[in-house]
Amino acid sequence: MSPTQWDLPVELCCRPMAFVTLTGLDVVYNAVHRAVWDAFCANRRADRVPISFKVLPGDHEYPKCRPKRTSYEWYIPKGILKTGWMNKHLNLVPALVVVFYELDWDEPQWKEKQSECATRVEIVRQSLQGRNTKVAVVLIQKKTPLPPGEDVIASERAAALCNACELSGKSLFVLPHTDHLVGYIIRLENAFYEHAQTYYYTEIRRVKSHKEFLNKTTHQLLFVRHQFKIAFFSELKQDTQNALKNYRTAYNLVHELRAHETNILEIKTMAGFINYKICRLCFQHNTPLDAIAQFRKHIDLCKKKIGSAELSFEHAAWMSKQFQAFGDLFDEAIKLGLTAIQTQNPGFYYQQAAYYAQERKQLAKSLCNHEASIMYPNPDPLETQTGVLDFYGQRSWRQGILSFDLSDPEKEKVGVLAIQLKERNVAHSEIIITLLSNAVAQFKKYKCPRMKSHLMVQMGEEYYYAKDYTKALKLLDYVMCDYRSEGWWTLLTSILTTALKCSYLMAQLKDYITYSLELLGRASTLKDDQKSRIEKNLINVLMNESPDPEPDCDIFAVKTAQKLWADRISLAGSNIFTIGVQDFVPFVQCKAKFHAPSFHVDVPVEFDIYLKADCPHPIRFSKLCVSFNNQEYNQFCVIEEASKANEVLENPTQGKMCLVPGKTRKLLFKFVAKTEDVGKKIEITSVDLALGNETGRCVVLNWQGGGGDAASSQEALQAARSFKRRPKLPDNEVHWDSIIIQASTMIISRVPNISVHLRHEPPALTNEMYCLVVTVQSHEKTQIRDVKLTAGLKPGQDANLTQKTHVTLHGTELCDESYPALLTDIPVGDLHPGEQLEKMLYVRCGTVGSRMFLVYVSYLINITAEEKEIVCKCHKDETVTIETVFPFDVAVKFVSTKFEHLERVYADIPFLLMTDLLSASPWALTVVSSELQLAPSMTTVDQLESQVDNVVLQTGESASECFCLRCPSLGNVEGGVATGHYIISWKRTSAMENIPVIRTVITLPHVIVENIPLHVNADLPSFGRVRESLPVKYHLQNKTDFVQDVEISVEPSDAFMFSGLKQVQAISCGVYVDTKLRPRDGELYLWFL
Amino acid sequence: MAVCIAVIAKENYPLYIRSTPTENELKFHYMVHTSLDVVDEKISAMGKALVDQRELYLGLLYPTEDYKVYGYVTNSKVKFVMVVDSSNTALRDNEIRSMFRKLHNSYTDVMCNPFYNPGDRIHPGGPYFLCPYPVQVGPTSCVRSSPGGPYSCVRSSPAGPLITW
Repeated sequence: MSPTQWDLPVELCCRPMAFVTLTGLDVVYNAVHRAVWDAFCANRRADRVPISFKVLPGDHEYPKCRPKRTSYEWYIPKGILKTGWMNKHLNLVPALVVVFYELDWDEPQWKEKQSECATRVEIVRQSLQGRNTKVAVVLIQKKTPLPPGEDVIASERAAALCNACELSGKSLFVLPHTDHLVGYIIRLENAFYEHAQTYYYTEIRRVKSHKEFLNKTTHQLLFVRHQFKIAFFSELKQDTQNALKNYRTAYNLVHELRAHETNILEIKTMAGFINYKICRLCFQHNTPLDAIAQFRKHIDLCKKKIGSAELSFEHAAWMSKQFQAFGDLFDEAIKLGLTAIQTQNPGFYYQQAAYYAQERKQLAKSLCNHEASIMYPNPDPLETQTGVLDFYGQRSWRQGILSFDLSDPEKEKVGVLAIQLKERNVAHSEIIITLLSNAVAQFKKYKCPRMKSHLMVQMGEEYYYAKDYTKALKLLDYVMCDYRSEGWWTLLTSILTTALKCSYLMAQLKDYITYSLELLGRASTLKDDQKSRIEKNLINVLMNESPDPEPDCDIFAVKTAQKLWADRISLAGSNIFTIGVQDFVPFVQCKAKFHAPSFHVDVPVEFDIYLKADCPHPIRFSKLCVSFNNQEYNQFCVIEEASKANEVLENPTQGKMCLVPGKTRKLLFKFVAKTEDVGKKIEITSVDLALGNETGRCVVLNWQGGGGDAASSQEALQAARSFKRRPKLPDNEVHWDSIIIQASTMIISRVPNISVHLRHEPPALTNEMYCLVVTVQSHEKTQIRDVKLTAGLKPGQDANLTQKTHVTLHGTELCDESYPALLTDIPVGDLHPGEQLEKMLYVRCGTVGSRMFLVYVSYLINITAEEKEIVCKCHKDETVTIETVFPFDVAVKFVSTKFEHLERVYADIPFLLMTDLLSASPWALTVVSSELQLAPSMTTVDQLESQVDNVVLQTGESASECFCLRCPSLGNVEGGVATGHYIISWKRTSAMENIPVIRTVITLPHVIVENIPLHVNADLPSFGRVRESLPVKYHLQNKTDFVQDVEISVEPSDAFMFSGLKQVQAISCGVYVDTKLRPRDGELYLWFL
Repeated sequence: MAVCIAVIAKENYPLYIRSTPTENELKFHYMVHTSLDVVDEKISAMGKALVDQRELYLGLLYPTEDYKVYGYVTNSKVKFVMVVDSSNTALRDNEIRSMFRKLHNSYTDVMCNPFYNPGDRIHPGGPYFLCPYPVQVGPTSCVRSSPGGPYSCVRSSPAGPLITW
């Protein structure tokens, strides 16, 4: 965009830098000069002194200095600030002119060169006549200078040169053209900078000196002007603190000026300039709050200074610019490191600027609506002789006139007209949109999403006014969802209304339909008459006709649009639009609900589709189809207008395709699920409702899943929270809110009509062939086929159980490890109605504990559902938990032949092994036989035949056996000697004949065998008779390998008498009988008592 | 006097919004809506503060050229937004605070009304909001302890069970 009247001048916005001109440099042809110039101006970084350099010829004409005024008494200023002044001091009048001259100290033709240099200096001085501009000379030398004081010739010649050029020693510099050029240049420019500062200091003093001549009545403008100049020079001097102080004074002075309609623009312009400078310096001084405070003050002071009512748009334009400029300053400061916050960021200023730009547009629209016949005045009153104004903010047709009375009202009128006509050509929308988009960028940065959306709406609306409907629609469409998701229906409706206009004017069918759908819906806050109009238009569009234009549209745009619509019609053939509703709130609501969360495969799946229209008039739809995750069902769930009496419809009345506003319509659908889908989920993936027909235009509303649009989840939540009692409705009607979407259902297998019984006698006994009788009886009305039985250990239990459980159908043989824990799919044939079959299963459990057994019966049956023959697979299962217990406990003990308990047995001495079998089974057990298998280390004393053959044991009864054994001497065996195994063959008493006998092997305990040296065996008769002799036999046996001395003493008891031959000897038995026992020999002693 | 008053639900949709003058209603709607940016930010900033120390009054949300927008948030995250004319210098912070407190009381009254379903939009001039007299809705009625006072439940005795509404 080219700069407009309202843009701030460049010279105001730049950072003022000391202006220094360099003369005598031939930067085009002289390489050395070029290098010097480059060192001055190339890559100037921030650490270099702020000087703006310019190369000028030595005889350059500088602006003429006006003769000094001796008295201000008769001087009346014509304006505040001349338009050229700032530029003059920035770019035209230097603070210092530097004369470059190539001259070495040992120059042979010194005199000539010296005078040439002096001439050059003189020429420069001439053209600067009257100004305080400093002059300096730089000698470009080929040789490196000697340290100061050593070169006598140099100091002499330098003094002479200064003298010739009338220069002070401080203004003569030497620039050796050597390797360290940049270093020299930096030193040079620092020196220049000092000179420049001195210059600006004197300038400030000079301007200040005028002050005393001024008086407050006639020189009010000069107060401002001088103050501004002092501040500006201070800035050039880089004295920003003083500059700020002076600008503040100037700002106050501006507002002290007598304001009138004729000069208000000038005052505002200058106030704007000074305000800009103040804000800029405040930001520069890192006092942003001061800047903001100043700006607020500025706006408050100027807001009401509208000026001429006919040109009030100028005020708006100016205000807009003030905000924009401040926004720019703020933004610039942020880029330099300032941090802004959410509530104080440049966005607000751009936004306000945009508002004023909008106001400007409004004012311009009302003030500049001249007839087309009114021509732009000729001659142009806005033209000036120079092409620019003399003073900032003045009217071109009355420059320099300070009188508040309009000397020439006619001229004024023409001038105003010219401005008004010019304003008409301003691209207001463009300005507004630029400002808004600036603001959008800022608000995006400062976490203001809603503000951003709002500004985008405004941008969209501005694009609409600017007739750029595509862009408008794009923006509006983008932000709509924000308002929709937060439920700000009023705002959404307003945006939609604009969007509808845009889509109408562009004849965008799909958009037009979409916006209409939503504007008719429940989220729209439009009045009924508006809705009614939109619905009529929508119906027209669906019937392939043109809609009526939207209200308040531009007449010309409407004409174009009507043509576009007409074209659309001629092109029409099959216009089908599918619109997904999940992102907006259309006027038809849909909810799908399966009647149950699951259906048996033999009953038809039933569900309802509920529809409700929110539009003002009844609307007819042409087709409704429901799609499922299994697409095979889609064909059963279609309602079409053309289709004849449809049995899936609940009440096939005439109005079935017609939605009455506010009434909930229920449509019932039924279909038979496929048998493959048993165990699967049937899901409604989408519901499609077609409005219009394919001959005209057709809109398909597509609900994902079981219905619901952008607003329904919140509504459902709200309805769930509500405890409002709903008024009672007639039976066939329902409350919309009370319908809860159920978009999926499970298909489960048919309920089996058979009975499965298990007969058995728990608990099971370890290792027995436990009999489980399964009885299956059919209660079906028809024959069932393919009955299969799966039985055994229920999967999913402890893995060890699987190893220790075996199932078989054949009870006659014992099953071993190779038998499975679960028998699957045992075919058992077909069953007629009422028929029953029995199957015996044998389970062998190797360990005690409880187990779960599963009996699962499956079969096929033919069923007729909804006049369709289907084959259903049914199954029934039974689970039973069976405890396994030990059938009996076996206790074993060792006793002596006298039935005395033995801790250990003695080698070669017979002992008894007693077994005790205690039945733990609740059922009677038959011990078929028992067997003692002796270890090789044991020998039997007599026969080992079983003593418990065919003994029946009831619960708690026990069967004992006794075996006489002997253990030959084996020496000392650690841990005892193995005894052998005790094997019991048993079965349940109740078990059938053919059930095999179970052999339970019990390992007998080890026994410790001890060798003894002497064994005494007493042989006593079992009884004696009184007065009869009782022969007593003692058998002594030496078990050792050595001869043993044995002493035997017999102490008779008082109850007996001795008799017989041995008596004497026996009597002398007080004396010991000494005898020798030979090894391994027994000796028999006999006494008669 | 505020030029616009709004009650915003926890989920940020408007429960009640009313402005005077009514002709530029939309502008105020936008103003209230955009102010939620600042409210959200302020709420998230004070999220860590202890509940009992939390200040409900959020202060000035943002100034525009012509209006000042103030905010207030209840403990249940219902927001109140009030727009005041910038030129109205009579309304200082204290006045705004007390206006918010009154608004909060009125809102509490609405919530106490058994016929109001929390989360429903409060219709201007409807039966729930800022109405001076007990309202007959259906077979039962709400009872206020005094005209203009809050709705209250009637108890048979001061400590007795709640018997009726």
